[in-house]
Amino acid sequence: MNKCSLSLQRTFAHNNMSPRNKRLRKVINPPCIKGLKPFGSNRGEENHASVSLLIEEYEAMRLCDYEMYNHNEGSHIMGVSRPTFTRIYASARQKIARALVEGSQINIDGGKIYFDSDWYHCKQCSCYFNNPDKEIKAEACPLCKSTDVHGIGHKEAGMRGFSHHRVNICICPSCGFELEHKYGHPCGLQVCPECNTRMTWKKIQGSREIH
Amino acid sequence: MKVAITSIGNTLESRLDPRFARCSFFVIYDTDSKSVEFIPNPNKDLEDGAGPAAVQLVAGREVKKIVAGEFGVKIKSLLDSLKIQMIVYDSEKTIQEVIDMLNS
Repeated sequence: MNKCSLSLQRTFAHNNMSPRNKRLRKVINPPCIKGLKPFGSNRGEENHASVSLLIEEYEAMRLCDYEMYNHNEGSHIMGVSRPTFTRIYASARQKIARALVEGSQINIDGGKIYFDSDWYHCKQCSCYFNNPDKEIKAEACPLCKSTDVHGIGHKEAGMRGFSHHRVNICICPSCGFELEHKYGHPCGLQVCPECNTRMTWKKIQGSREIH
Repeated sequence: MKVAITSIGNTLESRLDPRFARCSFFVIYDTDSKSVEFIPNPNKDLEDGAGPAAVQLVAGREVKKIVAGEFGVKIKSLLDSLKIQMIVYDSEKTIQEVIDMLNS
Protein backbone atom coordinates (compact mmCIF):
# COMPACT_ATOMS: atom_id res chain seq x y z
CA MET A 1 0.00 0.00 0.00
CA ASN A 2 1.57 3.36 -0.90
CA LYS A 3 1.76 6.21 1.58
CA CYS A 4 -0.99 8.27 -0.06
CA SER A 5 -3.82 5.80 0.46
CA LEU A 6 -2.63 4.97 3.98
CA SER A 7 -2.98 8.58 5.12
CA LEU A 8 -6.43 8.77 3.54
CA GLN A 9 -7.46 5.73 5.50
CA ARG A 10 -6.21 7.29 8.69
CA THR A 11 -8.14 10.52 8.23
CA PHE A 12 -11.25 8.53 7.45
CA ALA A 13 -10.87 6.56 10.68
CA HIS A 14 -10.26 9.79 12.59
CA ASN A 15 -13.45 11.38 11.25
CA ASN A 16 -15.50 8.46 12.54
CA MET A 17 -14.51 9.12 16.15
CA SER A 18 -16.88 11.24 18.25
CA PRO A 19 -15.53 14.18 20.27
CA ARG A 20 -14.63 13.58 23.91
CA ASN A 21 -17.63 12.65 26.08
CA LYS A 22 -19.22 15.54 27.91
CA ARG A 23 -19.69 15.45 31.64
CA LEU A 24 -23.32 15.92 32.66
CA ARG A 25 -23.98 19.48 33.76
CA LYS A 26 -26.18 20.00 36.80
CA VAL A 27 -29.17 22.31 36.44
CA ILE A 28 -31.27 23.20 39.47
CA ASN A 29 -34.52 24.08 37.75
CA PRO A 30 -35.55 23.92 34.11
CA PRO A 31 -36.27 27.32 32.52
CA CYS A 32 -39.82 28.55 32.94
CA ILE A 33 -40.09 29.51 29.25
CA LYS A 34 -39.36 27.58 26.09
CA GLY A 35 -37.80 30.64 24.47
CA LEU A 36 -38.21 34.26 23.53
CA LYS A 37 -39.69 35.78 20.40
CA PRO A 38 -38.71 39.18 19.03
CA PHE A 39 -41.31 41.79 18.07
CA GLY A 40 -41.30 45.01 16.02
CA SER A 41 -38.79 43.71 13.51
CA ASN A 42 -37.60 46.00 10.69
CA ARG A 43 -38.10 43.19 8.25
CA GLY A 44 -41.74 42.79 9.15
CA GLU A 45 -43.51 39.80 10.59
CA GLU A 46 -41.77 37.22 8.44
CA ASN A 47 -40.39 34.03 9.95
CA HIS A 48 -37.56 34.79 12.31
CA ALA A 49 -34.46 32.67 12.17
CA SER A 50 -33.90 30.94 15.47
CA VAL A 51 -30.97 30.49 17.78
CA SER A 52 -30.81 27.38 19.91
CA LEU A 53 -29.73 28.02 23.51
CA LEU A 54 -28.79 24.89 25.47
CA ILE A 55 -30.24 24.42 28.93
CA GLU A 56 -26.77 24.45 30.50
CA GLU A 57 -26.11 27.78 28.75
CA TYR A 58 -29.33 29.15 30.20
CA GLU A 59 -28.22 27.91 33.62
CA ALA A 60 -24.79 29.53 33.24
CA MET A 61 -26.45 32.85 32.41
CA ARG A 62 -28.80 32.45 35.35
CA LEU A 63 -25.99 31.73 37.80
CA CYS A 64 -23.60 34.46 36.64
CA ASP A 65 -25.83 37.30 35.50
CA TYR A 66 -28.91 36.75 37.61
CA GLU A 67 -27.69 35.22 40.86
CA MET A 68 -24.34 37.03 40.50
CA TYR A 69 -22.08 34.10 41.32
CA ASN A 70 -18.58 34.26 39.92
CA HIS A 71 -17.30 31.63 37.52
CA ASN A 72 -15.55 29.67 40.22
CA GLU A 73 -18.68 29.28 42.32
CA GLY A 74 -20.83 28.71 39.26
CA SER A 75 -18.61 25.87 38.09
CA HIS A 76 -18.90 24.20 41.50
CA ILE A 77 -22.67 24.51 41.42
CA MET A 78 -22.89 23.09 37.94
CA GLY A 79 -20.40 20.34 38.66
CA VAL A 80 -17.95 21.14 35.89
CA SER A 81 -14.48 22.65 35.81
CA ARG A 82 -14.02 26.41 35.81
CA PRO A 83 -12.74 26.63 32.19
CA THR A 84 -15.66 24.52 31.01
CA PHE A 85 -18.08 26.78 32.82
CA THR A 86 -16.47 29.84 31.24
CA ARG A 87 -16.80 28.25 27.79
CA ILE A 88 -20.47 27.47 28.38
CA TYR A 89 -21.10 31.02 29.59
CA ALA A 90 -19.22 32.53 26.63
CA SER A 91 -21.21 30.42 24.20
CA ALA A 92 -24.44 31.56 25.88
CA ARG A 93 -23.45 35.21 25.60
CA GLN A 94 -22.52 34.84 21.93
CA LYS A 95 -25.80 33.18 21.05
CA ILE A 96 -27.85 35.79 22.87
CA ALA A 97 -25.88 38.59 21.24
CA ARG A 98 -26.47 37.04 17.85
CA ALA A 99 -30.18 36.77 18.52
CA LEU A 100 -30.25 40.42 19.57
CA VAL A 101 -28.36 41.73 16.58
CA GLU A 102 -29.98 39.57 13.92
CA GLY A 103 -33.45 39.72 15.41
CA SER A 104 -33.74 35.96 15.81
CA GLN A 105 -35.94 33.94 18.06
CA ILE A 106 -34.29 32.18 21.01
CA ASN A 107 -35.22 28.54 21.66
CA ILE A 108 -34.11 26.99 24.93
CA ASP A 109 -33.76 23.29 24.45
CA GLY A 110 -31.32 20.42 24.69
CA GLY A 111 -27.93 19.95 26.28
CA LYS A 112 -26.12 17.35 28.39
CA ILE A 113 -27.78 17.97 31.73
CA TYR A 114 -29.41 16.44 34.74
CA PHE A 115 -31.79 18.15 37.13
CA ASP A 116 -31.31 18.41 40.85
CA SER A 117 -33.63 20.34 43.08
CA ASP A 118 -33.00 22.82 45.87
CA TRP A 119 -32.82 21.87 49.53
CA TYR A 120 -34.55 23.62 52.43
CA HIS A 121 -34.03 23.57 56.19
CA CYS A 122 -36.78 23.74 58.79
CA LYS A 123 -35.77 25.62 61.92
CA GLN A 124 -38.58 24.15 64.00
CA CYS A 125 -37.82 20.45 63.76
CA SER A 126 -34.33 20.77 62.28
CA CYS A 127 -34.99 18.63 59.24
CA TYR A 128 -33.78 19.08 55.71
CA PHE A 129 -36.01 18.47 52.74
CA ASN A 130 -36.01 19.01 49.03
CA ASN A 131 -38.62 20.21 46.64
CA PRO A 132 -38.96 17.91 43.65
CA ASP A 133 -42.11 19.60 42.37
CA LYS A 134 -40.42 22.68 41.04
CA GLU A 135 -43.62 24.45 40.06
CA ILE A 136 -44.71 25.00 43.66
CA LYS A 137 -42.30 26.84 45.95
CA ALA A 138 -41.73 25.04 49.25
CA GLU A 139 -43.51 27.00 51.99
CA ALA A 140 -43.99 24.61 54.88
CA CYS A 141 -42.03 21.80 56.43
CA PRO A 142 -43.49 18.45 55.41
CA LEU A 143 -42.95 16.99 58.89
CA CYS A 144 -43.92 19.61 61.44
CA LYS A 145 -45.84 21.90 59.07
CA SER A 146 -44.13 25.02 60.40
CA THR A 147 -43.42 27.86 58.00
CA ASP A 148 -40.06 28.60 59.58
CA VAL A 149 -38.18 27.23 56.58
CA HIS A 150 -35.34 28.72 54.64
CA GLY A 151 -33.61 27.58 51.49
CA ILE A 152 -30.03 26.51 51.77
CA GLY A 153 -28.13 27.98 48.91
CA HIS A 154 -25.09 26.14 47.72
CA LYS A 155 -22.92 28.76 49.42
CA GLU A 156 -24.19 27.70 52.83
CA ALA A 157 -24.44 24.01 52.10
CA GLY A 158 -20.78 23.91 51.20
CA MET A 159 -18.89 23.58 47.98
CA ARG A 160 -19.56 19.89 47.79
CA GLY A 161 -23.25 20.56 47.55
CA PHE A 162 -25.44 19.37 50.36
CA SER A 163 -23.00 17.67 52.72
CA HIS A 164 -24.69 16.52 55.87
CA HIS A 165 -21.75 15.09 57.73
CA ARG A 166 -21.72 12.73 60.61
CA VAL A 167 -18.76 10.73 61.85
CA ASN A 168 -18.98 7.62 59.68
CA ILE A 169 -16.52 4.81 60.05
CA CYS A 170 -15.79 1.69 58.02
CA ILE A 171 -14.72 -1.20 60.23
CA CYS A 172 -13.09 -4.51 59.41
CA PRO A 173 -15.21 -7.36 60.77
CA SER A 174 -12.25 -9.64 61.51
CA CYS A 175 -9.48 -7.46 62.99
CA GLY A 176 -11.39 -4.31 63.98
CA PHE A 177 -9.30 -1.91 61.90
CA GLU A 178 -11.13 1.37 61.42
CA LEU A 179 -11.07 3.78 58.52
CA GLU A 180 -12.93 7.02 57.99
CA HIS A 181 -15.84 6.45 55.65
CA LYS A 182 -15.75 8.31 52.38
CA TYR A 183 -19.12 9.60 51.24
CA GLY A 184 -20.21 7.91 48.02
CA HIS A 185 -17.85 4.96 48.41
CA PRO A 186 -19.59 1.97 50.03
CA CYS A 187 -17.80 0.41 53.03
CA GLY A 188 -18.36 -3.00 51.47
CA LEU A 189 -16.04 -2.11 48.61
CA GLN A 190 -13.15 -1.08 50.86
CA VAL A 191 -10.53 -3.68 51.75
CA CYS A 192 -8.84 -3.76 55.16
CA PRO A 193 -5.10 -3.00 54.78
CA GLU A 194 -4.20 -5.25 57.73
CA CYS A 195 -5.93 -8.50 56.93
CA ASN A 196 -7.38 -8.00 53.44
CA THR A 197 -11.01 -8.67 54.36
CA ARG A 198 -13.89 -6.63 53.03
CA MET A 199 -14.89 -3.86 55.41
CA THR A 200 -18.32 -2.96 56.66
CA TRP A 201 -20.11 0.10 58.04
CA LYS A 202 -19.77 0.67 61.76
CA LYS A 203 -23.09 1.51 63.38
CA ILE A 204 -22.40 4.63 65.35
CA GLN A 205 -24.53 7.25 67.10
CA GLY A 206 -22.70 9.99 65.28
CA SER A 207 -22.52 13.66 66.06
CA ARG A 208 -24.02 15.84 63.38
CA GLU A 209 -21.94 18.56 61.84
CA ILE A 210 -22.97 20.65 58.93
CA HIS A 211 -20.05 21.83 56.86
CA MET B 1 -50.61 9.95 50.66
CA LYS B 2 -47.97 7.39 51.44
CA VAL B 3 -44.74 8.16 53.25
CA ALA B 4 -41.78 5.81 53.56
CA ILE B 5 -39.71 5.91 56.73
CA THR B 6 -36.50 3.96 57.31
CA SER B 7 -36.32 2.02 60.54
CA ILE B 8 -33.85 -0.15 62.42
CA GLY B 9 -36.57 -2.41 63.84
CA ASN B 10 -40.11 -3.47 63.11
CA THR B 11 -41.89 -1.75 66.00
CA LEU B 12 -43.18 1.78 66.38
CA GLU B 13 -40.62 2.44 69.10
CA SER B 14 -37.70 1.69 66.77
CA ARG B 15 -35.49 4.52 65.78
CA LEU B 16 -35.03 5.96 62.33
CA ASP B 17 -32.38 4.13 60.33
CA PRO B 18 -29.81 6.70 59.31
CA ARG B 19 -29.21 5.30 55.82
CA PHE B 20 -31.93 4.92 53.25
CA ALA B 21 -30.66 2.30 50.83
CA ARG B 22 -29.24 -0.12 53.41
CA CYS B 23 -31.79 0.32 56.18
CA SER B 24 -33.14 -2.69 58.08
CA PHE B 25 -36.84 -1.99 57.57
CA PHE B 26 -39.01 0.27 55.51
CA VAL B 27 -42.14 1.64 57.14
CA ILE B 28 -44.92 2.61 54.74
CA TYR B 29 -47.30 4.97 56.47
CA ASP B 30 -50.53 6.05 54.80
CA THR B 31 -51.63 9.47 56.05
CA ASP B 32 -55.19 8.97 54.82
CA SER B 33 -55.94 5.56 56.24
CA LYS B 34 -53.37 5.84 59.08
CA SER B 35 -52.15 2.35 58.28
CA VAL B 36 -48.60 1.33 59.11
CA GLU B 37 -46.74 -1.40 57.24
CA PHE B 38 -43.29 -2.75 58.07
CA ILE B 39 -41.26 -4.23 55.24
CA PRO B 40 -37.83 -5.81 55.77
CA ASN B 41 -35.27 -4.54 53.31
CA PRO B 42 -34.10 -7.30 50.94
CA ASN B 43 -31.29 -5.18 49.50
CA LYS B 44 -29.60 -4.45 52.78
CA ASP B 45 -26.37 -6.30 52.05
CA LEU B 46 -26.08 -5.64 48.35
CA GLU B 47 -22.59 -4.60 47.42
CA ASP B 48 -23.58 -2.13 44.77
CA GLY B 49 -26.79 -0.64 43.56
CA ALA B 50 -28.65 -0.86 46.84
CA GLY B 51 -29.87 2.70 46.35
CA PRO B 52 -31.64 2.24 43.02
CA ALA B 53 -33.08 -1.07 44.24
CA ALA B 54 -34.50 0.62 47.34
CA VAL B 55 -35.96 3.39 45.19
CA GLN B 56 -37.69 0.76 43.06
CA LEU B 57 -39.16 -0.82 46.17
CA VAL B 58 -40.69 2.37 47.51
CA ALA B 59 -41.75 3.64 44.12
CA GLY B 60 -43.64 0.40 43.60
CA ARG B 61 -45.65 1.26 46.70
CA GLU B 62 -46.51 4.71 45.30
CA VAL B 63 -44.75 6.60 48.03
CA LYS B 64 -44.56 10.37 47.70
CA LYS B 65 -42.16 11.23 50.54
CA ILE B 66 -39.22 9.47 52.19
CA VAL B 67 -37.87 10.19 55.67
CA ALA B 68 -34.34 8.97 56.41
CA GLY B 69 -31.17 10.14 58.08
CA GLU B 70 -29.10 10.28 54.95
CA PHE B 71 -29.42 9.69 51.22
CA GLY B 72 -26.68 8.39 49.00
CA VAL B 73 -25.21 10.04 45.97
CA LYS B 74 -26.71 7.67 43.45
CA ILE B 75 -30.35 8.24 44.24
CA LYS B 76 -30.86 11.99 44.52
CA SER B 77 -31.38 12.55 40.82
CA LEU B 78 -33.42 9.37 40.53
CA LEU B 79 -35.85 10.49 43.22
CA ASP B 80 -35.98 13.94 41.64
CA SER B 81 -37.11 12.57 38.31
CA LEU B 82 -39.73 10.46 40.09
CA LYS B 83 -40.89 13.56 41.99
CA ILE B 84 -40.54 11.89 45.39
CA GLN B 85 -39.67 14.29 48.18
CA MET B 86 -36.63 13.53 50.36
CA ILE B 87 -36.67 14.48 54.03
CA VAL B 88 -33.51 14.22 56.11
CA TYR B 89 -34.30 13.90 59.80
CA ASP B 90 -32.56 13.27 63.10
CA SER B 91 -31.96 9.56 63.49
CA GLU B 92 -32.53 9.63 67.26
CA LYS B 93 -36.27 9.92 66.68
CA THR B 94 -38.64 6.96 66.81
CA ILE B 95 -41.11 5.91 64.16
CA GLN B 96 -43.99 6.85 66.44
CA GLU B 97 -42.65 10.40 66.76
CA VAL B 98 -42.33 10.77 63.02
CA ILE B 99 -45.86 9.50 62.49
CA ASP B 100 -47.20 11.93 65.11
CA MET B 101 -45.51 14.80 63.33
CA LEU B 102 -46.93 13.77 60.00
CA ASN B 103 -50.38 13.68 61.52
CA SER B 104 -50.23 17.17 63.00
